[in-house]
Amino acid sequence: MAKSAKSNIPPLKLHVPEPAFRPGDEADFSDIEVPPVDAIVRPDEAAAADSIKDLSFGLVRVLDDDAQASGSWNPGLTAEQLREMLRHMMLVRAFDDRMFRAQRQGKTSFYMKCTGEEATSVATTMALARDDMCFPSYRQQGILITRGYPLVQMMNQIYSNRGDHLLGRQLPIMYSAPEYGFFSISGNLTTQYPQAVGWAMASAAKGDSRISAVWCGEGSTAEGDFHSAMTFAAVYNAPVIMQVVNNQWAISSFSGFAGGERTTFAARAVGYGIAGLRVDGNDPLAVYSAMRWAADRARTNNGPTLIEYFTYRAEGHSTSDDPSAYRAAEEYAKWPLGDPVERLKAHLMAIGEWDDDRHQAQHDELQKTVREEQKKAEEKGTLGHGLHHPFDTMFTDVYEDMPWHLQEQCEQMLEEQRTKFGPDWEPK
Amino acid sequence: MMAEVEGKSGVKSMNMIEAINSALDIMLKRDENTVIMGEDVGYFGGVFRATAGLQEKYGKTRVFDTPISECGIIGVGVGMAAYGLRPVPEIQFADYIYPGLDQLVSEAARIRYRSAEDYVCPMTVRSPFGGGIFGGQTHSQSPESMFTHICGIKTVIPSSPHDAKGLLIAAIEDNDPVVFFEPKRIYNGPFSGYYDRPVEPWSKHEDSQVPEDYYRIDLGKAKILREGEALTVLAYGTMVHVAQAVVAEVGIDAEIIDLRTLLPLDIETIEKSVEKTGRCMVIHEATRTSGFGAEIAALVQERCFYHLEAPVERVTGFDTPYPHSLEWAYFPGPIRIGQALEKIMKE
Ligand SMILES: Cc1ncc(C[n+]2csc(CCOP(=O)(O)OP(=O)(O)O)c2C)c(N)n1
Repeated sequence: MAKSAKSNIPPLKLHVPEPAFRPGDEADFSDIEVPPVDAIVRPDEAAAADSIKDLSFGLVRVLDDDAQASGSWNPGLTAEQLREMLRHMMLVRAFDDRMFRAQRQGKTSFYMKCTGEEATSVATTMALARDDMCFPSYRQQGILITRGYPLVQMMNQIYSNRGDHLLGRQLPIMYSAPEYGFFSISGNLTTQYPQAVGWAMASAAKGDSRISAVWCGEGSTAEGDFHSAMTFAAVYNAPVIMQVVNNQWAISSFSGFAGGERTTFAARAVGYGIAGLRVDGNDPLAVYSAMRWAADRARTNNGPTLIEYFTYRAEGHSTSDDPSAYRAAEEYAKWPLGDPVERLKAHLMAIGEWDDDRHQAQHDELQKTVREEQKKAEEKGTLGHGLHHPFDTMFTDVYEDMPWHLQEQCEQMLEEQRTKFGPDWEPK
Repeated sequence: MMAEVEGKSGVKSMNMIEAINSALDIMLKRDENTVIMGEDVGYFGGVFRATAGLQEKYGKTRVFDTPISECGIIGVGVGMAAYGLRPVPEIQFADYIYPGLDQLVSEAARIRYRSAEDYVCPMTVRSPFGGGIFGGQTHSQSPESMFTHICGIKTVIPSSPHDAKGLLIAAIEDNDPVVFFEPKRIYNGPFSGYYDRPVEPWSKHEDSQVPEDYYRIDLGKAKILREGEALTVLAYGTMVHVAQAVVAEVGIDAEIIDLRTLLPLDIETIEKSVEKTGRCMVIHEATRTSGFGAEIAALVQERCFYHLEAPVERVTGFDTPYPHSLEWAYFPGPIRIGQALEKIMKE
């Protein structure tokens, strides 16, 4: 106890959050409230933020426990659209498995999967217009896959090889694809948040019709950038959709370390006076529908929305992480909101538009596709096996024009290569 | 020697992580005002395991996880210090220290001065830094000169388990804010710079012999690792080991000095050495322009001009963001150092 403490007053206590389960514990999620479909009916996209605060505390759902779609949030997608959604999600999963394995085989330095969270990048992207601008974190590979970005290009980036459009400069998975409305990924968390708001402000200032969307994890909402973005979005009524993928874990820290013990992440919207939606992130139809609502709202000058997807990080944070050191085993198997791929599959089957054979055939086909693309990528090299971009690309793009000191350093670096590889070595 | 050892339990072979963990353990035990916080440092014990076991031992109000907000981590550190605690925050990677810069530069660094000592900030910010691990541009940076440029902050960079422990204890006991950068490439073993050779564990290196008890290595004291006559080589962190390996390989009689503390700098040791050798080379992994080598070059020419037989030579990382695939072409390795040695000895 502190010397200055008054003896007639109970001592103050520091609260340090603690997750409910740790390794060795049996996870039990029975306290997670899963409200019925349409517990809160879908409001008009133009509804005043003030009048829809309860959506920040609810859970938008479309698929019920019998895999049937119903209620006011049902986006009414055709069977073909649903199959397309399933296909994208399965492709993301196949891609993730393959690239995770490639890292384990020593073909690259790093990889991050999004297992269990596929809906939050695939269904959302399908609800946007193709030319809307996405500002992802590192876990939204589903955006690129949904927009048809060539897998081989993603792999080239992961391998930092001769085909890598980013010239081997970035850590694996830190893609950039302007033609696909995909901003350059930063390793520094949440920096994309104010940037997305700025893009949306620019679009509004120019009288454009495109909107922007931004993603981050719940842990990242603690960064100041998140709150700056919220303030700017509110002040300028920016046409932006700010999304928090609440997968419960930020490396080893559970959501309580971002304030999740006290309220929802969607509720951050309330304080800023903007619309907030809390959504079942493993219900692809709910995710699609929420994004559609927010996109329509933004596009009609009704302002920004903050969406929280309540989901679960099924695997480790990255290839450098082992979650068995800090969370209970089997958590994902017990997750009350299920798995997004399995739920969409079950729905398609429930409406008679899919079956196990087709599912298996599609699974095999996608695996094959990924393997074939991987072969193509590996022809252009893997990390550390020589086929990188020419050495002098280290010095380009630091500035538009190369200043004298970089020219000198580039010369020096080439001289070093000659020393290493012999006098006949030619820069390629 | 400079090391002041207390107690009489033994000496143990430790890697750098274990030595840092030991320093933190001892300081938590010795001073109940010491607190540790940072992203993933509590239950999990840090992504590099530097704080492993400490929460269990000292409880959650002494060692705790934080929200992912470097601004918050350093800002609350300043506030805790104002209360009278001795916070030792961890920033997960030096590359992520920037959101906390305002609190460090405008607050922690100046609070003693601006309040005429009404308030002080005895805070030690630990952070893994440097490259050589294929971490790409956001897990590889060496931003030390950004901090030596700020008045009011001390900057410390150890190069071995033994030094890491003694310096970290001294940093925590220091009554001013200290930025303590840990070269992550050498957490598990020294690195010669010959990246294609097998990695050596610390256990084969004499500086892995770490007293288990309290000892401190005073800040501001460099260490002469090799005495020599031909030239003075100044380095810190990972580059100390690369410099030693290259000097051995080339077979030159260099005097190698590990600076250990960049600010306050041990200018006396540097001057004495350069006056003896007449030549000075400084090596760092950080980018060149406005890097710490520039400060060294200026100091040496100001103070040792009439002893110099050649211009001060800087061997550094290039002035580009840290690349991923071309990491080893970027890194100031044996070839770059070797060529610089040749050049400085020719003059
Ligand atoms: C500014 C900054 N601080 C710290 C880190 C290290 N880091 C990388 S990912 C991560 C956890 C992020 O968790 P969350 O936002 O919940 O996203 P998730 O990984 O769960 O998708 C941390 C702490 C970083 N990349 N950038």
